[in-house]
Amino acid sequence: MSEIDLDTSSDIGGMPAAPPEIHGCPVSDSRGQVVLHPGRDRYVDVVKALADEGYAMCADLTAVDYLEYMRRPLPVGVHPERFEVVVNLLDITDRRRIRLRVQVPADDAVIASLFDVHPGTEAMEREVYDMFGIVFTDHPDPSRILMPEDWIGHPLRKDYEIGKIPVQFKGSHS
Amino acid sequence: MGVVDDVLADGIGGLSHNVITGRLEDLINWSRSRSSWPASFGLACCAIEMMATGAAHYDISRFGMEVFRASPRQADIMIVAGRVSQKMAPVLRQVYDQMMEPKWVISMGVCASSGGMFNNYAIVQGVDQVVPVDVYAPGCPPTPETLIHAIETLHQKIEDGEILRRRQQTGAGANIHVEEIAATSTPVLLGTK
Amino acid sequence: MSATTIRDEGAQEMRTRSELTARELLREVGSVLRMSEAEAAKLGDLPDDPDEDQTMIINMGPQHPSTHGVLRLMLELQGETVLRCKPIIGYLHTGMEKTGEQLTFMQGGTNVTRMDYLSPLNNELVFSMATEQLLGIDGDIPERAVWMRMLLSELNRMSSHLLFMATNGMDLGAVSMMIYGWREREEVLRFFQKVTGLRMNHNFIRPGGVAADLPPGWRDDVLRLLEVIPERLDEYDILMTGQPIWRERLQGVGVITPDEALALGATGPILRSTGVAWDLRRDLPYLHYDQVDFDVIVGSYGDAFDRYAIRLNEIRESMKIVRQILDVMPMGDYRIQNKKVTPPPRARIDESMEALIHHFKIFTEGFKVPEGEVYVGIESPRGEVGCYIASDGSPTPYRMHVRAPSFVNIQCLPHMMRGGLVADAVAVISSVDPVLGEVDR
Repeated sequence: MSEIDLDTSSDIGGMPAAPPEIHGCPVSDSRGQVVLHPGRDRYVDVVKALADEGYAMCADLTAVDYLEYMRRPLPVGVHPERFEVVVNLLDITDRRRIRLRVQVPADDAVIASLFDVHPGTEAMEREVYDMFGIVFTDHPDPSRILMPEDWIGHPLRKDYEIGKIPVQFKGSHS
Repeated sequence: MGVVDDVLADGIGGLSHNVITGRLEDLINWSRSRSSWPASFGLACCAIEMMATGAAHYDISRFGMEVFRASPRQADIMIVAGRVSQKMAPVLRQVYDQMMEPKWVISMGVCASSGGMFNNYAIVQGVDQVVPVDVYAPGCPPTPETLIHAIETLHQKIEDGEILRRRQQTGAGANIHVEEIAATSTPVLLGTK
Repeated sequence: MSATTIRDEGAQEMRTRSELTARELLREVGSVLRMSEAEAAKLGDLPDDPDEDQTMIINMGPQHPSTHGVLRLMLELQGETVLRCKPIIGYLHTGMEKTGEQLTFMQGGTNVTRMDYLSPLNNELVFSMATEQLLGIDGDIPERAVWMRMLLSELNRMSSHLLFMATNGMDLGAVSMMIYGWREREEVLRFFQKVTGLRMNHNFIRPGGVAADLPPGWRDDVLRLLEVIPERLDEYDILMTGQPIWRERLQGVGVITPDEALALGATGPILRSTGVAWDLRRDLPYLHYDQVDFDVIVGSYGDAFDRYAIRLNEIRESMKIVRQILDVMPMGDYRIQNKKVTPPPRARIDESMEALIHHFKIFTEGFKVPEGEVYVGIESPRGEVGCYIASDGSPTPYRMHVRAPSFVNIQCLPHMMRGGLVADAVAVISSVDPVLGEVDR
């Protein structure tokens, strides 16, 4: 299961001689990209620490519903949960990227908001809430963003049907 | 005194008394078709092609349609250009309702016509579920040529008056009756497994 | 279908001040960072807490001619001054990320190309690059394919920025500019149509390379483009850049500082207009951008005029890159000769049963992509477009997420609009250049 094999030769987001742990979080390598696996409780602190280190921009925040793929490879010590919040940070002075994958359990799909550290995550967190039903505590505007406000269900969850309607051919009598 | 059978062929010069007789309906339909102003209802990719049709190269003003009206009150044709989402559908219907009679709808592109490749929870599978459509333009997105063909087809239909006659007979068109759902009722559940 | 029910969007809409928490209010007036005293004093001209009966909340869109599609804005006005702004999006939500989980990696290009419909080739490129990285073939893409991708990507940047010139002109009342912008874009699209067969939504860049080789005579076409467009850009300069009305309308409008832009995650011309020289083509090079010579255009004031000027000059830089690509375009394969990813050529199918089966399998089942997850970001005309794919080893992505630059950039609107006039709001929306297909996906 463990993938602590740091390939530092890659030029995409590679960090020179990265230790196997960054800020006390297990690190893995995914196709030459550095991935951090902080726990849910330490997540905001880690992002803050990284921001002080130079990762000043949050490029992307999204989530994955691993309901049908729980056996995914994770480093030792990381317990797989149904949801995973994925944050891509960008350091524009040292030109590097880092990714955070935070496990969020299904029965308590709550995680702290990054709004105070990176205000740009506001819309992205709303999108994750809308699509996955993961609640971000302390988010300034916890409403849906893409779907109508009275929509029921969270479309990108794996137990949400894609909603295909069989094609109907209407009579051409008109 | 000369008798003019065909003004287009013989020219106005053939008229010695400057009078054409004809049915009022024909004249009205002719004028309606020649200056049907579209409401700019751009939604997605097709809107870009619709705007390209309006620009210099394809020049939609050849058909008296260069005046894209921002206000639905002043528009005759609604070109639904692009995919209609569940969130947009009520807005689309509202804009249609605000248009003055007589009005026509062109469904531009496969997404508007049938949902296209996006057969999923978010997209209305065919805008004809929301408003009555007169002409469907195929393509993803339809090229300006296709849109112009659709417009020409619609003009032909307006000129022979068939659409309005049919609407009167069937009660369709602007009198389309849609069951209103009370705002308090629970929304329809879509797609939960 | 509750067709005649007019539904509002509840909590997504802007509410009156008395209903808001302090945090919400701060965000809607566009405060991003803790302000210095000087900045706070500058904002002091605006009423901090106006009476509710003095202000008015108006709705703009989703069907509005100057909102670039189906963007809906709610503005709180006092007279002509915008006090608060809240963008409401989702009117073009297409469920593309859900659909992307159903389509194979082979078909995925048709999906992503419809997101940012003004730069479809960049979206295909980022999806293909992410897939290739998952497959581990990102280093083996034939040279010709890589240079072709760059050529198309740069031409696409040109066509996208030309369209910005057109819409920006239209929004500000320079309607003749609109006609000219479309005219030039048409020239580029004609080349695209010749190469890919389509004017938009090409699905031409695919995992493993590109769909077809360049047609005969492509070089002459590109050279003609490079001959025609510079003159026309000079015309734009005469028509707009130096023109007093144009400058009055744009200069000092929608100002944003570098710190705010970074905090909001803004990329592309918005970030560069503030003076931050950040261009993924130069800073985290992909394809062969490290082998071409070009400048990153930056502004200094972070206003709408800077964003206009940056885009105008980026067209020139793109042409510079295209010229260099013409010089080095190698001969060779246009897609990887890897049986796993590339279907056999059409001619082989008639001869070989194996090829037929292989062809059939690739197009029905698709190719399997090893487990893993990857994020790739490239520079689209609007900023960083990123693609995050998680694969569970099957031929379809387990999760496909696209980081859309417009979606993030649109968060700058409340900030840029605060204290401006309603008429400037249109200029601000236009200068952010959002593509709603990409905002809502």
